[in-house]
Amino acid sequence: MPADLAAGLALAALIAYAVLAGADFGGGIWDALARGPRRDAQRDAIAHAMGPVWEANHVWLIFVVVLLFTCFPRAYAALSVALFTPFHLVLLGIILRGAAFVFRAYSPQSIRRPGAPGRQARRWGAVFGAASVITPVLLGMCLGAVSAGGVHVGAGGVVSIAGAAPWLRPLSLAMGGFALAVCAYLAAVYLANETEGALRADFRRRALWAGTAVVAMSVLVLPLLRARAPHLWHGLLSARAWPVIAVGVTAALLSGWALWRHRPRLARTATVAQTACLLAGWGIAQHPYLIYPDVTVHTAAAGEATLRFVLWSTPFGMMLLLPSLGWLFRVFKGEAMRLTDAPGEGGAG
Amino acid sequence: METLTAARAQMEVSLAFHMVFAALGIGMPLLMVAAEALWLRTGRAHYRALARKWAKAAALTFAIGAVSGTALSFELGLLWPRFMAFAGGIIGPAFALEGYAFFLEAIFLGLYLYGWEKLSSRAHLAAGAAVAASGMASGILVVAANAWMQQPAGFVLVDGKATQVSPFAPFLSRAWPVMSVHSTLSCYIATGFAAAGVYALGLLRGRRDAYHRSGLGLALGLATLAAVLQPVSGHFSADHTANHQPLKLAAYEAHFHTTRGAAEVIGGIPDVEARTVHGAIRIAKLLSFLAFADPEAEVRGLDAFPRELWPNVLVAHLAFQLMVGCAFALIGAGLWFWWTRWRRREPGRWLLRALVAASPLGVLALEAGWIVTEVGRQPWIIQGVMKTRDGVTPVSAVPATCFGFSVLYLVLGIALALLLRRLATGAPPSISIDIHTPEVAHAR
Repeated sequence: MPADLAAGLALAALIAYAVLAGADFGGGIWDALARGPRRDAQRDAIAHAMGPVWEANHVWLIFVVVLLFTCFPRAYAALSVALFTPFHLVLLGIILRGAAFVFRAYSPQSIRRPGAPGRQARRWGAVFGAASVITPVLLGMCLGAVSAGGVHVGAGGVVSIAGAAPWLRPLSLAMGGFALAVCAYLAAVYLANETEGALRADFRRRALWAGTAVVAMSVLVLPLLRARAPHLWHGLLSARAWPVIAVGVTAALLSGWALWRHRPRLARTATVAQTACLLAGWGIAQHPYLIYPDVTVHTAAAGEATLRFVLWSTPFGMMLLLPSLGWLFRVFKGEAMRLTDAPGEGGAG
Repeated sequence: METLTAARAQMEVSLAFHMVFAALGIGMPLLMVAAEALWLRTGRAHYRALARKWAKAAALTFAIGAVSGTALSFELGLLWPRFMAFAGGIIGPAFALEGYAFFLEAIFLGLYLYGWEKLSSRAHLAAGAAVAASGMASGILVVAANAWMQQPAGFVLVDGKATQVSPFAPFLSRAWPVMSVHSTLSCYIATGFAAAGVYALGLLRGRRDAYHRSGLGLALGLATLAAVLQPVSGHFSADHTANHQPLKLAAYEAHFHTTRGAAEVIGGIPDVEARTVHGAIRIAKLLSFLAFADPEAEVRGLDAFPRELWPNVLVAHLAFQLMVGCAFALIGAGLWFWWTRWRRREPGRWLLRALVAASPLGVLALEAGWIVTEVGRQPWIIQGVMKTRDGVTPVSAVPATCFGFSVLYLVLGIALALLLRRLATGAPPSISIDIHTPEVAHAR
């Protein structure tokens, strides 16, 4: 039981990471795809939205990793061997994304200052955009690899891989594309909330495109799931998972409708619910497997005392964390940014 | 290159890189919040300019520390999966608590950096203080994991498996208090002297204004205080090592032969084959005195241990000499400054030159001290429990990732150094004409 709760905690942290940091990656995607007469204004709005919160959002990933190696050390060790290459590539993306974002902000004539960005700032901007596109794809591929069933863990924790690299199989690739579309959608919906006027129209249009891409990617993922990961497919349709999935699909439809009808706030709430429910549904369907088919929550669990420590420390940690996070978001996400907002001396600059 | 060598090299490169920015990310917020507090108290605008400048430096170093720290939490498993399969559940609680502290640091740094216009002056200062406090706490908590690897505690080993694991295991390691004090002080020393060098250079170039003087004074206030406390903490460290990791002490002191009244070996090049040190200065009985507070005490030498368990004596000894040498140079420079100040003299050119020269020594001492403690622990990844070679990954691609990460960190290090240099030399806004009271200026 403590092992299941700990797994639930890791899943909750993963959902928080997806909903919050996913949108930061999405911001980078739209930075890379910024077009038209308001190109610099779009990039400025993205930097403005990400600046104060992206580092806090990023820490959710560290929580996932720490929960995994503290509560399920054998699963963490097996994943580190099986996904050696994609994890290194994820790290490359994470390091370049974060570094390029701050380097751009502190370059001469960065995007946060009025006027056209300088050459150095443009270069770091390009790195930031590229890394923001690649990282969520790789993370989605890793998630796919965990479900695909290609990683075998024998006695003594010896990892063997049957056939092609699990992260390069069709299902994993499709999951990578799905993750990319979801990040782009989250970001565009949030940005439509945090901007006004022409910029809001830009991001609403982008959200509609990204929403279409999410639907397209699900159409691609579903048959692959049925063919390549039948255990997960049946899990998703099982009595414990389908209600969650059904809520997620309903929320997805609602968010699309709300966007179409120019109701960005409702769209934002629905998009968060959609992402959270789909990931939760995946987690529930995957249960009790951490790595299908050889590693379960129970076979990989650390000692009971360790699990209890993690579970008992969580409410105390959250008592410090959640009010602080609430303050952060109230200060910076309480109002929409207008095109006329000159960053000036404010911001990080 | 074999996997073990490459994995160690990748870990060394990643940690060496991360450590600099983690240390600055702990030290810079304290400087910035001290400057802001002085601004709010005195209303003198140059303090505000210093706080904003140091906030930018904190932002850059924290971001790089955060992403390279994320890389390390993955690399623990990627490079040492067997170690993590064994120890993940034991050292995990230290990382879990550190996670909360680090999370708070990230939240309050966001509020601080972007909240100059949005928060009241008191709330802004409180956010800054929270950054400094949580930064220090996260450093102390994460050191517990390393302390446990130096001196494991809180479990019973049965057939190669850890049983009866205490969830407080990393905090039960008696190396933790000693190591965390030593490492926290080193962060403030590294940051303070690095910043002091910037303002000493400015003063040397004739910018003898309040901004540069206060920058130098604040940075050296923190740095000198930490530097004079460090030998005390270092003494407790050596004392602890003498009792609990005697082989490490013998290695970094290049003490080959077990003797009573052992001499302290200063400098020199250890010759492991000949079991002697060439060109060293020896101070009779000092090692016995320092390690056991008794000039006649017996200090076990390397010869008391099997040859295959010896760490790299040359590296450990040289790194130790470098660390101690830097420390005394920094203490000297810091005290020289305060002596001059106490006598109400302007810092002279030679003092300023010395401070510029001392600027990188704090970071150098930090890196050297880490090499002493980590190289001195080899061949163990967990002292007495698991050898480093038994923890390494079976994946054969490590040389490639090692090369890739080395190049990545080299490029990022150069880019960041250039940006920090630009920050350091960039002229502050016209501060002399800013006569607003703090509250008014804050609301602007």
